[in-house]
Amino acid sequence: MNLILRPVAAEFAKIFSTRLWWILAIVLFSYIALLAGGLAALFGGVASGAISSNSVSTGGATGLTGLGSLPPLIYSFASSVGYVFPVLLGALATTGEFRHQTLTPTFLATPRRGRVLGAKTIALFVVGAGLGIVGLVGSVGVGALIFGGFDVDPLLADGDTWALIGRIVLAMALWAVIGVGLGVLVPSQVASIVIVLAFTQFVEPLLRFASTFTEITADIGKFLPGAASDALVGASFFTLASPGGSTLEIWQGGLVLLAYGLLATGIGYLVSWKRDVT
Amino acid sequence: MPTGAVIEFRNITKTFGHVTAVNDLSFTVEPGRVTGFLGPNGAGKTTTLRMLLGLVSPTSGTATFGGLRYRDLPRPLATVGAALEAASFHPGRTASSHLGVYAVAAGLPRTRVAEVLQVVGLAAHANQRVGGYSLGMRQRLGLAYSLLGDPGVLVLDEPINGLDPEGIKWIRGFLSSMAAEGRTVLVSSHLLSEVQQSVDDVIIIAKGELVHSGPLSSLDTNIAPQVIVDSPDRDALVAALTAAGLQFTSGRTGLIVAVPDPGQVGHIAFAAGVEVNVLHRQKAGLEESFLALVEGGDSL
Repeated sequence: MNLILRPVAAEFAKIFSTRLWWILAIVLFSYIALLAGGLAALFGGVASGAISSNSVSTGGATGLTGLGSLPPLIYSFASSVGYVFPVLLGALATTGEFRHQTLTPTFLATPRRGRVLGAKTIALFVVGAGLGIVGLVGSVGVGALIFGGFDVDPLLADGDTWALIGRIVLAMALWAVIGVGLGVLVPSQVASIVIVLAFTQFVEPLLRFASTFTEITADIGKFLPGAASDALVGASFFTLASPGGSTLEIWQGGLVLLAYGLLATGIGYLVSWKRDVT
Repeated sequence: MPTGAVIEFRNITKTFGHVTAVNDLSFTVEPGRVTGFLGPNGAGKTTTLRMLLGLVSPTSGTATFGGLRYRDLPRPLATVGAALEAASFHPGRTASSHLGVYAVAAGLPRTRVAEVLQVVGLAAHANQRVGGYSLGMRQRLGLAYSLLGDPGVLVLDEPINGLDPEGIKWIRGFLSSMAAEGRTVLVSSHLLSEVQQSVDDVIIIAKGELVHSGPLSSLDTNIAPQVIVDSPDRDALVAALTAAGLQFTSGRTGLIVAVPDPGQVGHIAFAAGVEVNVLHRQKAGLEESFLALVEGGDSL
């Protein structure tokens, strides 16, 4: 057991001995809390009549307030918006080893390289789940508080809400695994960060949007990682904003996300991790 | 007390594309001695050491510790301690957390971290981020890493680079004491003069090939010795040496005569009635024989 437990413990020690994890956690929490809080206040205000729906210029808002799924939608911001944070943490944890040449002491301490990469994947899965909880404190914690203020039921007594919360934690954990995979696939730290930001913030939303134009592309588009993640979580602003887009089942979404992570890690192992460390 | 293992390189070769960095290298490194692994920059020293440690995979051949490849060692850090020349640190970690990570990975007690930092003289900087370390401090931290598992074998790549004179003096004593305890100590350097005070054996490579291996003293005989002689009346001395048919050149401190025996030169001067005020055998410089080896590439 020590053969894998020790490297896993070492990977945790690596993550928690630099500042990155708590900087990402703070930014994630602030971002999600602001977004979830703001939208909960807007929709809650409209639903309770505190804000006249006429004064909300967006046409969709009136329609949205009619949906009973308002709290889940807000809660899911933790992953639907926050997923970039575990990806970044995972990618930086891996590319940092290349950049700072810490692969040398790492492989000297654990010469079986596959074991190291496996340990990193496990550790980042757990820390990604932790980031999921941080995001949920932002989205559920702040969102529910504000819903309560507007007398909108925050649905916290509802088992479905807690199942959603669990799936959000799982999604965030899987995103961190994808980050590790990306990091071994693209060991250059700068390139990795650019890819994460460009893909999650720009390329993928565009692709998902464009894929909804025809049925065939929609069938492909639902396998995009962001779409799979939303399918796993089961509620997202994106799916509501583009109705008619086909989605995967919850379990399919989870498997697709996991497949992305493992595939990237496996290929990365071959193209960079196994290479000579010079 | 940990005991050293024999390091054995057997026909190890590494090619990068068309370039052969290390070519069919075979030698052994014995416990209880400090072995200098010498060669000019680019000779393939670092590649050889990285192959030994499983970081670079050899194109052919093997490198083993007591018969085991590095990756097959049951407790690598407790068997072999290595400090390689690259600064392998995350600048945001403290020395203590840096070492702590690898102590955890290798299943070593956390108390070793403070102990090795004490040994290398970094205890006062244990909780300082490594990013602010000087080159000499980084070298010491690299050395501290190699000592974490109290290993019987030490493999150090250019450990003296960047150390201040005090640090150099310290590491020389340190290497000798490690070997005296029965450990195997392999130290690379591109300068013989850097390590000649502390090494017992030398392995010299040039252009990826072995050019010499043996005790340090075996380098001594490499260059034909010469005699330095001078006289207040140098012209008379020149005439005498010419008459005796000896080859010589004129140097700053006298005439350099291409014979090994000072007595022979003294006799010629005495017989010619020339007063001699300098007469000695030129010490065969280890550094010169080292340079002759690595530049000529000739094997002995």
